[in-house]
Parts: sequence; C-alpha cells; structure tokens
Amino acid sequence: MIKLENIHRNFQVGEQTVHALDNINLEISKGEYLSVMGPSGSGKSTLLNLLGLLDRPSSGNYYLDNQDTTQLDEEQLAAKRNRYIGFVFQTFHLIPRLTAAENIELPLVLAGVDEKIRKQKVAAALQSMRLANRAEHKPQQLSGGQRQRVAIARATITNPAILLADEPTGNLDQKSGLNVVETLEQLNDKGITLIVVTHDAALGSRARRAIRMLDGRIESDSQQDSTNAGA
Amino acid sequence: MLALKDAITFAWQALRANISRTLLMLLATGIGVASVVILTSLGEGARRYVSNEFSSLGTNLLIVVPGKNDTAGANPMTMFGVAERDLTIDDARALMQHPKISYLAPFNFGTADVTWRGHKRETPIQGSTAALLKLRKWKIKQGKFLPDTDMDQANPVVVIGSNIRDELFGAHAAMGQWIRIGDRRFRVIGILSDEGQSMGLSVKDAVIIPVAAAQALFNTSSLFRIFLEVKTHEAIPEVTSFIIRTIKARHQGKEDITIVTQDAILTTFNTILNSLTYAVGGIAAISLLVAGILIMNVMLVAVSQRTHEIGLLKSLGASSRIVLYLILIEAALLTLLGAFAGLLVGHLGSWGIRLAFPVLPAYPPLWASIASVLVALVSGMLFSLLPARKASRLDPVIALARH
Repeated sequence: MIKLENIHRNFQVGEQTVHALDNINLEISKGEYLSVMGPSGSGKSTLLNLLGLLDRPSSGNYYLDNQDTTQLDEEQLAAKRNRYIGFVFQTFHLIPRLTAAENIELPLVLAGVDEKIRKQKVAAALQSMRLANRAEHKPQQLSGGQRQRVAIARATITNPAILLADEPTGNLDQKSGLNVVETLEQLNDKGITLIVVTHDAALGSRARRAIRMLDGRIESDSQQDSTNAGA
Repeated sequence: MLALKDAITFAWQALRANISRTLLMLLATGIGVASVVILTSLGEGARRYVSNEFSSLGTNLLIVVPGKNDTAGANPMTMFGVAERDLTIDDARALMQHPKISYLAPFNFGTADVTWRGHKRETPIQGSTAALLKLRKWKIKQGKFLPDTDMDQANPVVVIGSNIRDELFGAHAAMGQWIRIGDRRFRVIGILSDEGQSMGLSVKDAVIIPVAAAQALFNTSSLFRIFLEVKTHEAIPEVTSFIIRTIKARHQGKEDITIVTQDAILTTFNTILNSLTYAVGGIAAISLLVAGILIMNVMLVAVSQRTHEIGLLKSLGASSRIVLYLILIEAALLTLLGAFAGLLVGHLGSWGIRLAFPVLPAYPPLWASIASVLVALVSGMLFSLLPARKASRLDPVIALARH
C-alpha cells in the first residue's frame, strides 16, 4: 500500500539546513495499525504530512498503491488526497459556520459527488458515529468527543484507504479520548490503514506496530501485542 | 470537480457567517452602482429636458442668424455669430414670399426697464410679430396677441407673461393699462398663458412688443434672428436654398447668414449632454474601483483569518484551483449582491428625483445600469484575484500547523 524509499525532507531555517526526515525507508501494508512516536522535532509530523500528500519529499520516492506520487502535479495530488487519505487532527479543524452534517459532507462536495448520494452517505456516517441527533448542530454546540467523531466521520466519508490521526486524543479528556480511539480502531478492524502520531505512550502502545522516531530517523520499528490492553 | 451550485452555497455560508464584513462590502459596491445610476439619470434627464424644449418649438423650425459660420450650424456658437451685414425687416419681408413657409417671425431682443406706477423691473424685451405666437406654440390667457399688421408698424402695444403682470400690477387689472418700457409707453393688450417655455426663458417672464417698436426702443435697424416654420419637413432643403439665394441677392452677392435647423441644434445638444452623461457616469464608476480596492483588502484579511479553513480544504482534497475558485465565487457573489442592491437604490433614487422635480425626466439610461453592474463585477473579481491567489498558494502544512 505505502512504500517510502530513501525519503529526505530538508527545511531551510536561516542559514542552516534542518534534516526533518533523514533517509526514511518504510513499508506499510493495507489494514495495518501503526503508531508513530517520538519527541518533539523528531520528524513524526513531517512524516505524517508527507504520507498525507500535504508535503513533498526533498528527495526519495513515495509509492502509494504502486504509483510514484513524487511525479504527480498539484491537481493530481489533491485528487489522491481526496480518494486515499483521511485526516484527523488534534484540534479537529471543523468549520465553525457549518453544521456537523455539512462538515462531514465537505469532502464529497469538493469531489463533486451528487447531492442525493451525499445525503445518504452523510446520514449513514452520522448513524455509525452515534451522531444522528447532532446532525444540525454547529461545532460549538458539540462536546470535544463529539467534535472529534464528526472529524472522523468527515475523514472517512470518501472511504479512504488510509486514516492519518495526529494526536487525535490530545484535546480530549480521558473518557472521550478512549471513545475516539475505539472508534478509530473499529474502522481499522473494518480494513482501513490506521496511522496514529502521538506523544502518548498509552495510545501508542495500542497499535500492532510501533515506530519510534528520533532526529528524523526511524529509531525502532517493532510489532507489538495487539491486545488493546495498553490503555 | 466541485459543482457551481455547491461552491455558491459554500460562499454564501461564508458570507453569512461574517455578516458585518459582508454588509460593509455590499455597501461599498452598492454606493458605487447607485451613484452611477443616479448621476447618469441626471445627465439623461438634462438631455431629455433640452430635447423636449426643442420639439416644443416645432421640428420644422429654421432660424436665420446674421453672419456666416463655416461649421454650418452644427455649433451652438453660431447663435452668437457676428453679422457682416445686418438682417433687416426688408430681408424678412422678402423671405415671406415663399409658398412653403407657413409662418415667419422677425425677432429682436434687448433688455430694458419696465415700469408701472413706481413698480419697476429690468427684464428682457422681445420684439416680433403676430406669427411668433404660432411659432412658439404659446397660448393667450387674456386679451390678444400682437396684431397681425405690417412688420414696419410700431404700435405701442405689449403682451406680457403672468410673472410680469403679478410683479407690476399685483392685484390690479393689467389689461388696457399703459406701462413704460425704457422711454416709451405701451398698452397691455394680452397676457400669455403659463404653458411652455422658450429656450430656458419662462413664458411667465416674457415681455413682447412689435418688432418695429423694439427696433425704435433699442435704436437699431437690424434683426437678431428670423424664425420661420416650413410647411413640411421635406421642404426644408428647398426653403433653405431659397433663403440663401434671396439674402445673397439682397446683400450684394454676399452669403452672410447662417441657417440653423432644429435638427442641427438638437444633435449638438444631444452630443454635448450625452458626453456629459458619460463623463459623470465615468466619474461615478471610479467609486466602483474604490469599492474594488476595499473588497481586495477585506478579502485579504478574510483569507488570513481563514488560513486554517483553507489548509483544511486542501487536506480534504481541494486543489489550489478549487480554493481559487471558491474565493472568486465568494467575491462574485458579494459584488453581484452589492451591485443589485445599488441598482435598486439608484433606480429608487432617480424615481425620487423625478417625483421631486417633475420637469426633469431623470430616467437612468439602460447602458448605465448594465455597465455599472459589469464594472462592479469586473473590479470586484480583479481585485479579489490577489487574495484568492494568496489563499490558493497557502502551504497546507503551515496552514494547519498548531499555534
């Protein structure tokens, strides 16, 4: 599904070149549950943006479904993001003026999906996220956990192959955080490739495969017990 | 690809979410469009007013002006041409022979004091004949107009307008009274009805005496103009050449007159007043550019306030092109709404002007409405290109970065 080959990502900060990613080689199969951990500045967010096609490597190749994405132009990358990738952010990034249903609908609107089909899919997503009675609520009328579930519904409405979560529980209390993690894991059970970037050791340890990063390199890459017992 | 309808819905929600910003920009565009509409309606009103004035004089009117001007009457300055050889009452009498002339009136003009029992007013005095009444399409309210006598006859009679009557006589009866004009005495034989105007001079202020009396009063043997009405429009060229031939023969072979036709004057005034309308419309359109600049600035602020949103849209699969498109749709929606609000206000405004000043037919020309909406749209879109490009080029990684 995902294959990174000799990926470098350099940033120019003043006169210094910062190696945010330093020769990353990584393969991720379909349906994996992967956590990326590491201290601040270790390059995990850069890796996530790169995997999500929001950023391009300075050198190296990124194959997504056997296609080299480094050859694609802006338009094609946007289309790939829409089809393959779902993002879940720490701060939810819901549009405050839109209702929960409208926020969830947005990726389908951008993709030009027919309105009838959109409404059906949104209704189904609201149902499965237990948000059916919150459809017409604006984000500020929702709790943190509900907001993140709206964001997850939005991220998965286009049936993406990969779900990228950047500290998905970072702004939530423990109970709703757990609730959100379980929701993500249920999606993984149904076949979505789940990649979670986190500081939180407890959250990181729930994944079947854990990557630790340090100074732009992959320090360790290990399989773990997937008993979901870490939390 | 994102559907237009959904883009409009998205833009509409964004506009509604920021109601004060939206109203401010609507106001800017609206004022621009409304001022174009109202100012051009004033220009158009002036043009129609002048046009009406001329047609009230009759479309087959010819005016013989002493002095030759090479631009052949298409220039209003001929109205003030200087004579080489004066037009005289004998010239006028010679012209009257032509069968296709229905009326002919020699015309003289000067300013003098008009007094009655200590009431005094300095006013323009017109000298002419009985035919002037028909040429000017005036009506008599009381008494009669100048008697239909020979042009040479300087009867001491006067016909006055209602303002002059009120100012001189107040509540007294004016008919039959003797008034003094300059150093001569005239008997009031008629009062004009208020209907109609003549070249900006109200009928109410008219003082008309026989042309020979005016010549004596102003101590001249010349005429200021000869007005004549041709029986049919087709006969105008024939009558024109007859006039030139006749006057030439009488003036020792010199063609020293200018014949001004109604059409020529009307065309000239139309040209002038249309240019005036375009000019005021253009000046008002500058306010649309100002509105465009305001829209640009407000959109720039809006884009930086919505950095997160734009980054999010990109992460959800919106390309730079779609982001550009969304911002431009928002600007287009905004300027169109503003422009239509402005049209409404502008048309209401010119309706108000027509109500307040019924003489001024201040109808906004159609082109002004169309052009102002187009200019508003184009300027709104052009000035939004910069903020829209800025938005579309936002790096989503930076846009989504945590604070």
